[in-house]
Amino acid sequence: MLEIRNLRASIEDKEILKGIDLKVNAGEVHAIMGPNGSGKSTLANVLAGRPEYRVTGGEVLFEGKNLLTMFADERAREGLFLAFQYPVELPGVRSWQFMKSALDSVRRHRGLEELSIREFDKLYEEKLKLVSMDPDLMKRSVNEGFSGGEKKRSEVLQMLLLNPKLALLDETDSGLDIDALRTVSYGIDQFRSPLNAVILVTHYQRILNYVSPDYVHVLVDGRIVRSGGRELALELESKGYEWIKDSVGISN
Amino acid sequence: MTQVLTSYDKYLEDLQEFERRFPSSGFGRLSDIRESAIASFDKLGLPTRTQGNEDWKYTNIRSLASTAFQYVFEPNFERVTEAQLKELAPWDDSWASLVFVDGHYVEALSTASPRADGAHIGSLTDAIVTHKDIAERHLAKYALAEADGFSAMNTAFLHDGAFVYVPKDCAVERPLHIIFVAAGDAQPTVSHPRALIVLEENSSITIVESYLGVSSVPYLTNSVTEIVLGDGASAKHYKLLMENADAFHVGTTQVYQGKDSAFRSVSFVKGSAIARNNVSVLLDNPGGNCFLRGLYLTSGKEHIDNHIDIDHAKPHATSDLYFKGILSGRSKAVFSGRVLVQKDAQKSSAIQRDKNLLMSKGAEVDSSPSLEIYADDVQCTHGATAGAVAEDALFYMMSRGIDKETATLFLIQGFAREIVDEIQLTTLRDYVETRISGALPNLRSGQEL
Ligand SMILES: Nc1ncnc2c1ncn2[C@@H]1O[C@H](COP(=O)(O)OP(=O)(O)O)[C@@H](O)[C@H]1O
Ligand SMILES: [Mg+2]
Repeated sequence: MLEIRNLRASIEDKEILKGIDLKVNAGEVHAIMGPNGSGKSTLANVLAGRPEYRVTGGEVLFEGKNLLTMFADERAREGLFLAFQYPVELPGVRSWQFMKSALDSVRRHRGLEELSIREFDKLYEEKLKLVSMDPDLMKRSVNEGFSGGEKKRSEVLQMLLLNPKLALLDETDSGLDIDALRTVSYGIDQFRSPLNAVILVTHYQRILNYVSPDYVHVLVDGRIVRSGGRELALELESKGYEWIKDSVGISN
Repeated sequence: MTQVLTSYDKYLEDLQEFERRFPSSGFGRLSDIRESAIASFDKLGLPTRTQGNEDWKYTNIRSLASTAFQYVFEPNFERVTEAQLKELAPWDDSWASLVFVDGHYVEALSTASPRADGAHIGSLTDAIVTHKDIAERHLAKYALAEADGFSAMNTAFLHDGAFVYVPKDCAVERPLHIIFVAAGDAQPTVSHPRALIVLEENSSITIVESYLGVSSVPYLTNSVTEIVLGDGASAKHYKLLMENADAFHVGTTQVYQGKDSAFRSVSFVKGSAIARNNVSVLLDNPGGNCFLRGLYLTSGKEHIDNHIDIDHAKPHATSDLYFKGILSGRSKAVFSGRVLVQKDAQKSSAIQRDKNLLMSKGAEVDSSPSLEIYADDVQCTHGATAGAVAEDALFYMMSRGIDKETATLFLIQGFAREIVDEIQLTTLRDYVETRISGALPNLRSGQEL
C-alpha cells in the first residue's frame, strides 16, 4: 500500500528526515516510536503533503502512485488520512459543513454519489457514538473550544467518516486520560480491516496495549534505527530511548 | 480654501439651477437650513488635504474632488426596474420599500404606505408639508453642515429623501427597506440621498438602507441619514453599500440616542473606488445602548474607510463596535474608531474591535481605534488586528480532501460569520452570504498580485 524509499525532507533548510525506508501493506498496523524532536510528526506531515516541508530526496509510492507530486487534498481523496498531533481550530467553520464537504469530495473521487443530508446525518450519528462524542459539540465551529481529548476524538471521528485506506495517527494517544484512551483505541479498532492500514505515531507504548501493532519502528534523529515486532515497544518502555540511542551509537 | 476648480464650480453652478427648480421659499426653516449649508460648504469645501487632517489622514479624495459630477435634475426613472432591484438588492416581499433614483423619490417603485402600522413612512418632500413640526425640529439638527464639507454639500442640496416617523409606543412590525440607486448614464453624476428617521419614546422599527448603482459612469453618492431615538426607543438598522466598483460613496449616519434607547446597526460594505462610511453616535442620555457591527470586502484597487465616532456624554451607556474586513488585491481599508467618554459619563462601557483578513500581500490596512476618556469609572477596551489566511487551517482542511478553493471559502465565511450572524433578517443574511461566496474568485485572483 505504502512504500517509502530513502525519504529526505527539510524545513527552513534544516534536514529533519535523513533517509527513511518503510513498507506498509494492507491489513497491517505499524507503530512509529521515538523521542521528542526525532522527526515523527515531520514524517507524518510530509506524507500528508504539508507545503512547508521540502522533500529533498527519495520517493513515496501510495497504491503504486507517486504521492509526492500530489497536493494534500489529492492525497486525502486517494485515501490517505492524517490525524493531527495538534488539530487546528477553525473559527466560524461549522463542523457539520466541514465534514460533509470532506466526505463529499472523497466520495466523488471514488466515483460514489454524495450522500443526502439525511444519509449523512445517519452516518455521522453512528460514528459519533463510536467515539462517545456529544452531538452538541458538532454544532460548534471545527475544534473550537474543544478540550485536548475532544480534539483527539474528533480526529478519530473524521477518520471513521472518511474511511481512508491509510490512516496516519500522530500522537492521537497523548494527553488522554484512560477513558479517552480506551474510546480512541476502540475507534481505531473499529476502523481496522484487512483492506486498510494504520501507522500509529506515538511517544509512549501505552496505546499499543489497546491497538496491537504488527511492526514497531524506532525513529531517532530522522532515521529509523530499529524495526521489530510488538516486543520492541516493551523493551523501549523498560529501557528508555537512551538505550536505543546508545545501542545505535547516537549521542546527545 | 484651495479647491479643485472644476468640481467646485460645478457644484455652485448646479446649486443655482437647483434653487431655481426646487425653491426652498415657503418651507420655513428649510430655506434657512439650505442657506447656512451653502455658506458652510463655501467655507469648508471638500477635505482634500490629508496632512494635518486627522479625519481624512488615510483617505485621499483628490480623484473625487477633481471630477465634475453633475447633479441629476431629471432622473431617468426608466433605467431602474423592479426586476433590477430584486437582482441587485436583497428583496423580501414582506418588507416595505422606499426607492430613490439619483436621490429622487420614485413612488412607482416604492411599496411603503405612508401610514404603516401607525407610523408615517414616505418622502421628505411630502413630510416637510404634512409633518412640518417634526421635520423642522429634527432635520439637519444632528448631521451638522458646519462640521463637515460633505454633509454641508448634502444639506445645500436638501430637497427630497426618506422620512420615517414612529410615534410613541408604536412598534412597526414590517421591516422598511430604503433603497438609493445611482442611475446616471452620460456623464459622472452626483446624488445627495437624505433620510430622516425619528423614533419617539418606546417605539421601534427595523430599517435596511441600501445603496447601489446601475450607472454606466463613475458617480458620487453623498448621503446623510439622521436617526433620532427617543427615550426607550429601539432601532435595528442595516446598511448595505453595494456601489459600483468605480463609484465614490461618502455616507454619514448620524444617531442621537435618548435615555435607555437601543441602536443596533450592522453594515455590509463592498468596496468601491472610495467608500467612506461615517457613523456618529451621540449617547446624550443615561443608559443608551449602541451596538455596531460591520463587515467590509474589498478587492482590486478599492478603498474603504469606516469612520466611527461614539460620544458618551452621559453615564451608564454602552457602546460595542466590532468591524471585520476581508481584503485582497491592492485594496486598502481604513478603520478609525474614536470613542469619547466625557467627564459626566461614569459607568460607561465601551468596546471597539477591528479585525482584518488579508488575502494578498498588496492589501493594506490602517486601523486606529482610539479612546479618549475623561471619566474615571469606566470600562473600555479596544484592539485591532490584521493577518493573512492561516496556512495551517488551509492544510488542515485540504488534508480532509477539501480543495483549496472551497477551503479558502470556508475560512472567509468563517471569518465573516461573527458579523453575518448578527443579521436578524434571514433574507438579508442570505443576501450577504451569497455576496461573500460570490466575491471569492475576485479575492483569490487578487492573491497573485
Ligand atoms: N515548522 C517547523 N519549523 C522549524 N523547525 C521545525 C518545524 N517543525 C519541526 N521542526 C523541527 O524538526 C524536528 C523534528 O520535529 P517533529 O517532527 O515535530 O518531531 P517529533 O514529532 O518526533 O517530536 C525538531 O527539531 C523540530 O524543532
Ligand atoms: Mg510530534
